Amino acid sequence: MSARRLVGLETEYGIIRPSMPKANSTVLSAQIVDGYAQLVRDTDTATRAARWDYADETPLNDARGHSVSREEAHPSQLTDSEPTLEAENQVWTAESIALDGNDARVGATLYQENDATDVVMNMVLGNGARLYVDHAHPEYSSPEVTSPRDAVLWDQAGDQVMRRAAASAASLGGGELLLYKNNTDNKSVSYGSHENYLIPRDVEFSRLVDGLTAFFVTRQIFCGAGRVGRGMLGRGAEFQISQRADFFEAEVGLETTVNRPIINTRDEPHANWDKYRRLHVIIGDANLGQISTLLRVGTTNLVLSLIEAGMSPKLELADPVSALQQISHDPTLQTTVPLRGGRRMTAIEIQRSYLEAAETYCAQRELTDPDTSEILNRWRAILDTLEQDPMQAAGQVDWVAKYSLMKSFTERHGVGLDDPRIALMDLQWADLRLDKGLYYRMAARGLMETIFSQEEINAAVDNPPHDTRAYLRGMTLQRYAPYVVAANWDALSFSVPGARKISRFHMPEPLAGSRAQVGELFDAQLEINEFIDQLARHR
Amino acid sequence: MTQENFSARRENQAQPVETEQVQVNTTGTSAGVDDLLDEIDSVLESNAEEFVRGFIQKGGQ
Repeated sequence: MSARRLVGLETEYGIIRPSMPKANSTVLSAQIVDGYAQLVRDTDTATRAARWDYADETPLNDARGHSVSREEAHPSQLTDSEPTLEAENQVWTAESIALDGNDARVGATLYQENDATDVVMNMVLGNGARLYVDHAHPEYSSPEVTSPRDAVLWDQAGDQVMRRAAASAASLGGGELLLYKNNTDNKSVSYGSHENYLIPRDVEFSRLVDGLTAFFVTRQIFCGAGRVGRGMLGRGAEFQISQRADFFEAEVGLETTVNRPIINTRDEPHANWDKYRRLHVIIGDANLGQISTLLRVGTTNLVLSLIEAGMSPKLELADPVSALQQISHDPTLQTTVPLRGGRRMTAIEIQRSYLEAAETYCAQRELTDPDTSEILNRWRAILDTLEQDPMQAAGQVDWVAKYSLMKSFTERHGVGLDDPRIALMDLQWADLRLDKGLYYRMAARGLMETIFSQEEINAAVDNPPHDTRAYLRGMTLQRYAPYVVAANWDALSFSVPGARKISRFHMPEPLAGSRAQVGELFDAQLEINEFIDQLARHR
Repeated sequence: MTQENFSARRENQAQPVETEQVQVNTTGTSAGVDDLLDEIDSVLESNAEEFVRGFIQKGGQ
């Protein structure tokens, strides 16, 4: 292993309709997904879509070897069934219709305007991603990729999907919908941007906990998104590094919406259970910046390789949750946090221990692939820069860029961080509109380093990665969408005219279904029946 | 750093610059930020306090 690994990123976006301040956020989120569905229907592009299939979801399995009963679970943990709008808002005259694979649509009337419209809550896209309503937020889950650069590209594609969806939804009436790639409303609520890493099942979970905790507590220094305010309520006007830090209360656990843990134990591999784990990481901030995302994924991949090889540094924090917050609260990066035994280290020192272990590991194994070299070089460079002067990292690190803009603003206007416009800048930093979002305004001036152009990002909205099963999923939707009745991470279900049964094709190997393996099936332009037959031979 | 300082530096680009100054000015960030601050009133939503107060979300993961 190396800096390359199977990865998928999920983002829940903040959502408001300024013209309707009291609008139900689940309804707004459904309009985003529905808006995108309309767009797909109306345009003959490759952006095909299908319904999501819940049959393989097991969110209550704990990686520590047990599972929680549905009765004991917090309602928000029941992510394996379709949310209905009925319970959320009586405005919807909802009748849930069960379709194949436990999927459901809500035949509904939106504010009594659009009687004939089926509202789509859940889609699989032609680039292999999933777009759906998660609790009260629209969420994009990227297709599976194998490199940190591809993780950035298909994550940024999600932002573009959301922009298009918002524009489409607004054109359907009801007023403009604004989306934010952030993690809190500063009024007690947080929502996530999760990372998923594929790991061999034989890596014991306790080793992951031991190896990852100090890394996760400190990596925010190069991938935090920045926030003004402290605690879940965002009180006070002090800048901190992370959006998420103050919402974490536990070291290890299964929950994701309450008592959030630094290490989440959800054990739902979406792949061959005997061979794989999916490490579900909930502690990251949503990054608009490409370099912050690249570093977040690339360094985590390397640390997972260290853990698998038994080479991760032995750094046991005395109080990880407190350390997470202390580090976040100090943008000077001078804060030291205690390890067990009393030694104190800064976040930069802890990150350097991981970096040096990764450099040794890669040198020993002569790992010189471009992805691994890039991540090692960038990791060292960013730690050097942050050590010299954190503000010099403004071109690469999201929180530093945001902080430098705010500092310049307060200096120019002779105001403090308590100025109401600073709170607005904190929010509007993450506005997805290219002409309004402050991140995008910075990037347009060349102030943020990027590795992908908007054209490349747009291409990733329409096309799947080539080297994972996302290729098979995405291409199948592009070519055979009318016959795909359901899809999820590890299965595709087809209904073919004349066939008596639904054909279900399982994809338990995330690296199978790549262009190298099944590209010829698509090149051959097969009829659907022939395609399904040939596909079955690839099992 | 102000716009004026940055312009002055650009005119002197061919000249060797003191090390200390290079460290302060490495990226030209300040000028770009100044430029953004010049137009920020038209980019920011009007009525900051009310807009921020209206940004209320429901819980997520």
